[in-house]
Amino acid sequence: MSDTKNFMFLNRRAPYGTIYAWESLEVVLIAAAFEQNVSLMFVDDGVYELTKGQDTTGIGMKNFSPTYRTLGDYEVRHMYVDKASLEARGLTADDLVQVEWEDWETEESVDNIVEVVDSDRVAELLEESDVVFSF
Amino acid sequence: MPIEVDGKTLETDEEGYLVNLNDWVPGVAEVMAKEDDLELTDDHWDIINFLREYYEEYQIAPAVRVLTKAVGKRLGKEKGNSKYLYGLFPYGPGKQACRYAGLPKPTGCV
Repeated sequence: MSDTKNFMFLNRRAPYGTIYAWESLEVVLIAAAFEQNVSLMFVDDGVYELTKGQDTTGIGMKNFSPTYRTLGDYEVRHMYVDKASLEARGLTADDLVQVEWEDWETEESVDNIVEVVDSDRVAELLEESDVVFSF
Repeated sequence: MPIEVDGKTLETDEEGYLVNLNDWVPGVAEVMAKEDDLELTDDHWDIINFLREYYEEYQIAPAVRVLTKAVGKRLGKEKGNSKYLYGLFPYGPGKQACRYAGLPKPTGCV
């Protein structure tokens, strides 16, 4: 389909404290309905958005981290995490949620669409995107 | 407009969705369906229960497309289409079924 574009959602901020992370997630959920190629990129404090075991009771905000795990159902195929940003915060891939993707027609599936990539790849992926939304 | 369920008054927003998700009891769906002149069958409950489980797990109400696919997978291919779902919930499976299930309106649902 010629009018399908590659949308990249670039997430650079911590999940709480500002509304950016949640707004980004909401736009992703909406964009997926338009049958575009949607990918997500997490860099800087944005990597915290994907950490497991978040508990927001102390700050009185809704913990929306479980929502990332349904993005495969919304036909998001790639969620990239910048390796340097993870390492700078003492995190590894094991600290992040896993997101499954499955084609319900063909039963083709991917166990985890979250992928840790190096900075060169980050630059390349941003370059390849038709539209970048930065949050 | 508030609704009366099991002797309690529950607050709803201007579109009829529950304001407090924790207020939900099965009676909520029964009362809302009655107002819409709809009789709830097991088929309706399958969808309502699925929506509640989905929300519990992912903290959002699913888009209709996601709901349709999930229903097809869980309840059988013949039910995983919008015709079947609209047959059960004529005001739209996303909006109406989510309202009965006590969930917020699905994101991206206008």
